[in-house]
Amino acid sequence: MERQIRYQREADLEWAHQFTKHPGCERLLSCIQCGTCSGTCPLSIYMDLTPRQVIALVREGFREDVLRSQTIWLCASCYACSVECPQKVSITDIMYRLKREAIRSNLYPKRFPIPVLAREFCDMVRQRGRNSEFWVVFRMAMRSNPKILLSMARTGWELWRKGRLSLRRERIQRINELQYIPATSKEVD
Amino acid sequence: MEPSARYLYYPGCSLKGTGIAYEESLLTTFRLLEMPVKELPDWNCCGATTYMSVSETSATLLAARNLALARQTGSKDLIAPCNACYLTLRKSQRLVADYPQIAQETERFLEQAGLPRLDSVRVRHPLEVLYNDVGIQRLRELTVRRLQGVRMASYYGCQAVRPYGEVDDPHEPTRMDEILRAVGVEVVGYNLKTKCCGGPLTGTIHDVGVRLNYILLKEAMRLGAQAMVTICPLCQFNLDAYQAEIRKQTGEPIDMPILYLTQVVGWALGGDYRELGLHRAISGRKLLEQWFTVRKEAETYV
Repeated sequence: MERQIRYQREADLEWAHQFTKHPGCERLLSCIQCGTCSGTCPLSIYMDLTPRQVIALVREGFREDVLRSQTIWLCASCYACSVECPQKVSITDIMYRLKREAIRSNLYPKRFPIPVLAREFCDMVRQRGRNSEFWVVFRMAMRSNPKILLSMARTGWELWRKGRLSLRRERIQRINELQYIPATSKEVD
Repeated sequence: MEPSARYLYYPGCSLKGTGIAYEESLLTTFRLLEMPVKELPDWNCCGATTYMSVSETSATLLAARNLALARQTGSKDLIAPCNACYLTLRKSQRLVADYPQIAQETERFLEQAGLPRLDSVRVRHPLEVLYNDVGIQRLRELTVRRLQGVRMASYYGCQAVRPYGEVDDPHEPTRMDEILRAVGVEVVGYNLKTKCCGGPLTGTIHDVGVRLNYILLKEAMRLGAQAMVTICPLCQFNLDAYQAEIRKQTGEPIDMPILYLTQVVGWALGGDYRELGLHRAISGRKLLEQWFTVRKEAETYV
């Protein structure tokens, strides 16, 4: 197995310190590295870093290592780890916060479909107030890997036959109310 | 509908699309229970897990608009059938309650948008409404027909029972089993009740998403379940839509109906096949027809 050595001087401890001030991230330093999160996580076996390793890296300040990892995008926000954690660390909220920072600093794996989906989804909601399942998936595929549309065709056809695929582009009436939601700033919130 | 409807209903995107059978069966079931439900007017997207990945503030404000709209109608109970909607709406309430800065932002947004301030709207899940407001005893009394000898596995998915909800116990949920037994269904002891289906992963990291669903289906089969019962449109879709692919990949003879709890309850209360959206299933269609239409003479009327 390939191992990379990291030195303390590369770590950004100030970042780690600031991290704990965000909603849901307050208990980061209470982690006892027991690994319950990794054991509970249905996706940890597919991850490049386990949830436990992510927590360890975050609190030591290895910012880029976590922000570039696929782990934060594989997290499906099922909250199993947060519920099981004996130290009540809200790991899901920490993952969310890392996703937001990875998007803001453009550090996510390129053409990786999940952050692309996130952006398409939010754009659509911002413009129309609702998202349409078909259109958001279609736009995500076009911008990440159009070939996956082929493999989706069969499922799409089945859904269409059953009246479960709506091509309508939903829109709310009072869309003007959403303009007061502040546009995403450079700052991670 | 008349303003007296106690329950407001927040469909979210899925119940108007892939999860339309959930909407159909929910409305049918509540009609049969004589509990009128009114759709929240001009609702917007809940933000799901996705908006939270981009901006926490915006995700909270999106949810806040729905809660403010609910308050405008005067109803106190807002039913959110989709697990992701349910969690998101409740999570935003918690964020507003726990963090003064988020509360302030929310107040400012609502004021600018001309919406009322947030008040005590209760976000409810249909499972918990059936359990708490209708009750096991009454469900048993209202049951007009029972499936005989069909074993099902109840599957909650992840978000309904997690930190912000009050649907059921997060570790050992039992209410769905109780409801199913009350309407005459045999349940198996399914241990993966709250194991995540992967949510949107089937559309993004497809192989991983499908694998998670394969595990869920295979375990249900091993326990002798003939169907799975879900309470979330994304779980239902994932488990239902990829069985052909799983068969091809693994050679397992999986063709299992994936039902909504409201379809099973609605049928027991007397709802019919089409109005419960049972014709919209992709997998296990033969069994569904056999159980819910053809075998009528075998039903035990009680």
